[in-house]
Amino acid sequence: MANVELTNVRKVYGNSVEAVKGVNIAIEDGALCVLVGPSGCGKSTLLRMIAGLESITDGTVKIENAVVNNLGPAERDIAMVFQNYALYPHMKVYDNMAYGLRNRGMPKDQIDKRVREAAQTLELTHLLERRPKELSGGQRQRVAMGRAIVRNPKVFLFDEPLSNLDAKLRGQMRVEIKNLQRQLGVTSVYVTHDQLEAMTLADTLVVMNSGSVEQIGAPLDIYEKPASTFVASFIGAPPMNLVHVTADNTGLILKDGTHIGAEGLTVPTTGAVIGFRPEDLEVAAGHEKHIGGLQLDLKVLGVEPVGAESYVYGVVGGERVVVRVAGRSPSQTGDHLRVIIPKEKLHLFGADGKRIPPA
Amino acid sequence: MIQNNPIGRFIAHIILIIGIMIVAFPIYYTFVASTQSLQEIMRPPLSLLPGNHFWENYSAALFGGVGRIGGVGVDRLLFNTIVMALAIAVGKIAISILSAYAIVFFRFPGRMIFFWLIFITLMLPVEVRILPTYKVMVDLGLIDTYTGLTLPLMASATATLLFRQFFMTIPGELVEAARVDGAGPWRFFKDILLPLSKTNIAALFVILFIYGWTQYLWPLLMTNRNDMTTIVIGLRKMISFADADTEWHLVMVTCILAIVPPILVVMLMQRWFVRGLVETEK
Amino acid sequence: MASSTRVTFPNKLLPYLLLAPQLAITAIFFYWPASQAIYQSVLREDPFGLSTQFVGLDNFRRVISDPNYVNSLQVTVIFSVATALIAMALALLLAVMADKVIRGKGIYRTLLIWPYAVAPAIAGMLWLFLFNPSMGTLAYLVRSAGYNWDPLLNGDQAMVLVVSAAAWKQISYNFLFFVAGLQSIPKSLIEAAAIDGAGETKRFWTIIFPLLAPTTFFLLVVNTVYAFFDTFGIIHAVTGGGPGKATETLVYKVYNDGFVNLILGDSAAQSVILMIIVIGLTAIQFRYVERKVHYG
Ligand SMILES: Nc1ncnc2c1ncn2[C@@H]1O[C@H](COP(=O)(O)OP(=O)(O)OP(=O)(O)O)[C@@H](O)[C@H]1O
Ligand SMILES: [Mg+2]
Repeated sequence: MANVELTNVRKVYGNSVEAVKGVNIAIEDGALCVLVGPSGCGKSTLLRMIAGLESITDGTVKIENAVVNNLGPAERDIAMVFQNYALYPHMKVYDNMAYGLRNRGMPKDQIDKRVREAAQTLELTHLLERRPKELSGGQRQRVAMGRAIVRNPKVFLFDEPLSNLDAKLRGQMRVEIKNLQRQLGVTSVYVTHDQLEAMTLADTLVVMNSGSVEQIGAPLDIYEKPASTFVASFIGAPPMNLVHVTADNTGLILKDGTHIGAEGLTVPTTGAVIGFRPEDLEVAAGHEKHIGGLQLDLKVLGVEPVGAESYVYGVVGGERVVVRVAGRSPSQTGDHLRVIIPKEKLHLFGADGKRIPPA
Repeated sequence: MIQNNPIGRFIAHIILIIGIMIVAFPIYYTFVASTQSLQEIMRPPLSLLPGNHFWENYSAALFGGVGRIGGVGVDRLLFNTIVMALAIAVGKIAISILSAYAIVFFRFPGRMIFFWLIFITLMLPVEVRILPTYKVMVDLGLIDTYTGLTLPLMASATATLLFRQFFMTIPGELVEAARVDGAGPWRFFKDILLPLSKTNIAALFVILFIYGWTQYLWPLLMTNRNDMTTIVIGLRKMISFADADTEWHLVMVTCILAIVPPILVVMLMQRWFVRGLVETEK
Repeated sequence: MASSTRVTFPNKLLPYLLLAPQLAITAIFFYWPASQAIYQSVLREDPFGLSTQFVGLDNFRRVISDPNYVNSLQVTVIFSVATALIAMALALLLAVMADKVIRGKGIYRTLLIWPYAVAPAIAGMLWLFLFNPSMGTLAYLVRSAGYNWDPLLNGDQAMVLVVSAAAWKQISYNFLFFVAGLQSIPKSLIEAAAIDGAGETKRFWTIIFPLLAPTTFFLLVVNTVYAFFDTFGIIHAVTGGGPGKATETLVYKVYNDGFVNLILGDSAAQSVILMIIVIGLTAIQFRYVERKVHYG
């Protein structure tokens, strides 16, 4: 089987747009690596360079320890699932799946066996004689997957394969893709801008921002220890609250000049950003002093009950924050709410946005 | 749906029927004339029902070795016309599908220049360059040849533009999927692009067949010999009102023979033709 | 968005090979003769064809001031406007009627598209059979009604004959486009107008006709081009530009001066003027296409 290794991979379009700026990623054999990031950050470009659909400006791409920079897409032994599926509209499902094998000159009976096996796995057998336009969105998605798996390639590449499905179907297919990938054990690279998809699918998560890798790691590690404010605000929903602070000898000063107690937190003189997840806050019952936590006074701007929990939107020191509380919200719009951030749940970032590990 | 009144609909039918009569009458009249004897034709008014000289006239025109057009039979003229219409239709489609393929699916220096060079030919119909074109044809020895009759008409900006427009609607991902599936430019063309263009090709075929069949100025210029000309030009040569010997009944037959094949093509391929025509000209 | 740039194949030589046939034909049979026409339009040959001389815009000046040329310009304008108007008006009437009927739409269409397949020259001949004074049945009827009908001698009547033939041939084409145009008008608009109390005639003039404007305009350009160029066959086969010069259109005159009268410089200058007219018409057509894109 195959590992995939990217070393200092760069992509410059024309000679001005640097879409990918020196990326290093090592993907182990059989792992599912998810590239996530905002629109335009270079995910697709990177994936297409692995596929051989886009030339590599600089650096090397290795598949199974062999440099593939100069190989065409057909020679890299990869298969790809596209966002719009890219099924051949004039071919039946069967022929769509068989086309790549035929081009490789595989004998007919073998092709037939492979196609039928793949169809079985994906429950497509009864659809083999249909054309793409006679299929539902979810079925087309499956055919696109089928076309990838019949090839039995070294690497699967997915470019936002679920973004054209409705929310419910997307959830189902996400689980199916994960299971299928486990079952087949094929190394995969999966591009998405949906952080939920990224979190649930990834063995290795790569968070990208404007052409560079911000952080690589296991999804939960990244969730728990985001390397930068960018990652912090991108992973998790609702995103982590970020509040700018500076320090003087009396404590911390928020953006609008409000003083709060430092509670033993050391903040660089250049200022810092403190981060805390909406679900990590405790609502103080009265005005009692809580030990070992930062206390913030929140002016409530609005409340969104969603059933099992409620989101309280408010401002602290001139910056917006969200608090998640279980069940019904204790406060209403216009109220003041005191919240406590337990020290161990507090994230601290420098003025440059980089994480400052706890002392 | 607004239910318009039955009287309005009735009037609509009447108007349409009158319209059809206007549109069909000249053709019907010629058909009627083609079944009359020369004497009957020369003595108007003609009866509105076909006469009883159908077999006589048609076999005379087709097999009678009619000497009216400088010793050339109608079969020869029909053959020339079919060659011309088919060659132009097929050649034009082939040539323009290839150049549209190059322009849309490849990037190469000079691409836009070539595109404009093709595009500008829209503005250079034969009519605006009659004499020099004739001279080029003479210099190349192409007068009275099938090559001369067809080849110069095979370059077409319209067909190229049509294919280009259609190709641009083909999603890029489809090309990439094909490349991942191991298809090079030729395989992609043959396995994916051609099958997807089927309807466009069919529509264009009808339009271009008619275009080739109905050419007038071009064969008029390019042919001197009667046995190399088309049936339309042949007909023109047969008609002479000054000449008392004009065998009008045979002229009528020839006329019908010149009209029927393209009408059949249009009728039989109506579905593609109508859609193609309306889409082509957008 | 990445998809806005076309996905392409990396081959370098292949595209040139694919373009070669079209470019070769275009260069030899389009550009070379066209440039010759321009070149000759500023030259004058001596009567013996022994020497040629650069004369600048002299040929153009002479052509434009030639009363025969002015005449043929007038003839062309009258012929084109009349042909376009008649062909479009009849086609629109038939299309609106066909849109109204419920049964037989397909049959009507089938029976109305015949003339599209008829060569213009043959269209001319068909009408000539009907209307020529010696044997035409309709000519016979007109004459027995007491009207002095002879298109071979009377210039106006000759014009009527060629216009009829040219318009007749173009009805099918216009009909198909008007039908398509009518079909693309949302039924809900017409229903809304009906609810607003507009009667059938009013609906046509206030809703349908304005919404058909793009189609109408497009057809106007196409019909003008048709009348200018494609009708050469009709003129050549039916009247030969006569009687007198009553039906001598611009294209017919280029042909006649070049081939029959062998006045090369003048014919070339006329070709160049025609080229300018075509460029103008094409430009108008493309302005229209752009506008249509904006409307969606
Ligand atoms: N062919 C191209 N030429 C020039 N610039 C390009 C080209 N393709 C992409 N880019 C630019 O490169 C950057 C990265 O594009 P890419 O398609 O990789 O983004 P992405 O992360 O996949 O975004 P999305 O989530 O919207 O798909 C963008 O700024 C884009 O504008
Ligand atoms: Mg993308």
